[in-house]
Amino acid sequence: MRPLAYARVSTVAEAVEIVAADPAGAFLAGGTTEIDLVRLGVARPDLLVDINDLPLHDIEDLPGGGVRIGALARMSEVARTPVIAGRYPGVAQALLLGASQQLRNMASMGGNLCQRTRCAYFRDGVSPCNKREPGSGCSALDGLNRGHAVLGTSEHCIATHPSDVAVALVAFDAVVHTAGPGGARRIPIDDFYLPPGDTPDRENPLRHGELITAIDLPPAGIAERSVYLKFRDRQSYEFALVSVCAAVRVEDGLVTEARLALGGVGTKPWRSRLAERRLLGAPATAESYAAAAAYELSAAVPRRHNTFKVELAQRAIVRGLTQAARGGMR
Amino acid sequence: MGIDLTAEAARRRTPTVRGPSEQPVVLTVNGTHHAVALEPRVSLLDALRDRLGLTGSKKGCDQGTCGACTVWVDGRRVLACLTLAIACEGRQVTTIEGVATDGEPHPMQRAFIEHDAFQCGYCTPGQIMSAIALIEEGNAETDEDIAEFMSGNICRCAAYPGIRQAIKDVRDARERP
Repeated sequence: MRPLAYARVSTVAEAVEIVAADPAGAFLAGGTTEIDLVRLGVARPDLLVDINDLPLHDIEDLPGGGVRIGALARMSEVARTPVIAGRYPGVAQALLLGASQQLRNMASMGGNLCQRTRCAYFRDGVSPCNKREPGSGCSALDGLNRGHAVLGTSEHCIATHPSDVAVALVAFDAVVHTAGPGGARRIPIDDFYLPPGDTPDRENPLRHGELITAIDLPPAGIAERSVYLKFRDRQSYEFALVSVCAAVRVEDGLVTEARLALGGVGTKPWRSRLAERRLLGAPATAESYAAAAAYELSAAVPRRHNTFKVELAQRAIVRGLTQAARGGMR
Repeated sequence: MGIDLTAEAARRRTPTVRGPSEQPVVLTVNGTHHAVALEPRVSLLDALRDRLGLTGSKKGCDQGTCGACTVWVDGRRVLACLTLAIACEGRQVTTIEGVATDGEPHPMQRAFIEHDAFQCGYCTPGQIMSAIALIEEGNAETDEDIAEFMSGNICRCAAYPGIRQAIKDVRDARERP
């Protein structure tokens, strides 16, 4: 691992100030992505600013029915918090289906949102990769791309976003709070993730020195009966080939509200707005769900090794909506 | 001796930027304070093994995928390979060397022996650190929970049936009045 300096800070202002002042400075929270990437030589900070003592660990009710999750709350803590498990089961389930318990004990919610792709060409530190080395090309386009994205891709990058919980947060319109050199911001989570386009190295709108401080979930609504399903090569401790977060309200046999987001198939956590619109007013049947799923995936651009994801995603959507319509996980 | 080793004291010492050269660091491992000189880039795993001679925690993958380096920091099981040693100042680190009491093996250690829950033994310290924590967390109630919440500890010899039986034994012995 390259040499690096370290500082432990006790206020958000301090953290922002120190990182902002050092172009190669970075925040250190749980470290599960950061230390891994530093050791691989993919991330190259010269200073890590340890933010774990900042008072950003709490999970609290918001007036009006939402919940604020502190950016440093650990995945395992959030998953077992009654208000999350009870009112946002899709969020809790997504957290529990991610990583391992050791990693969930370490990984912070803010860090989870910022985690980098598992694309092997990004992580190996040497292959052409536009995300790591802008302009160097994308090795995955014609390479081993079984795990790669089919939605939101560009000719410059097809890397999948790896987060599970971000999929659920995208489904339920979470809001990311930040503090930075320019002050505080609120960023709707769907805007927090940028499609790769011509600049796959830019994954989110955070400026250098800008720190996620909290994630707000709006009042639960139909999230209270949401499901999160994950399909992968092994049953535990593996990234998704396809995952789906679904919630649906059915009245008189018709869908009156639907939330749907996909993981494992998109370059960002994929809110399925096409399918959601198609579902509104449709009969709550497997046929409607399949039609909505086909509509969503009609934009898919599969590659040599990941064509299977197009059908797998559609089946996952149908199963997710079916379970959600039956009343969710419980 | 007069050194305040709490997290509060560690906070008061900031925000001085330390390193990248070797820094004086006090690590509290299994209840004992160790003053060592470490570069900030040194992982907790390397500090334990190479500086403190605590070689029970194993280096399998060094990238957070195998679980052989599982230790507890402030009571929670974490991966020592993805943790910086310097970030553990003011925190309580517990390793496999710290789970026995007065020379008596921890019940989980005994259960692993009874159930032949290992073959080569390389993953065993990490398995045991996870297994004890698993029961403390309340995640050992069902076979499915045990399988899911132990999935971060890989056993190349596939001693999983013995490991799971050892966990169930310790769980059930605790529940008995």
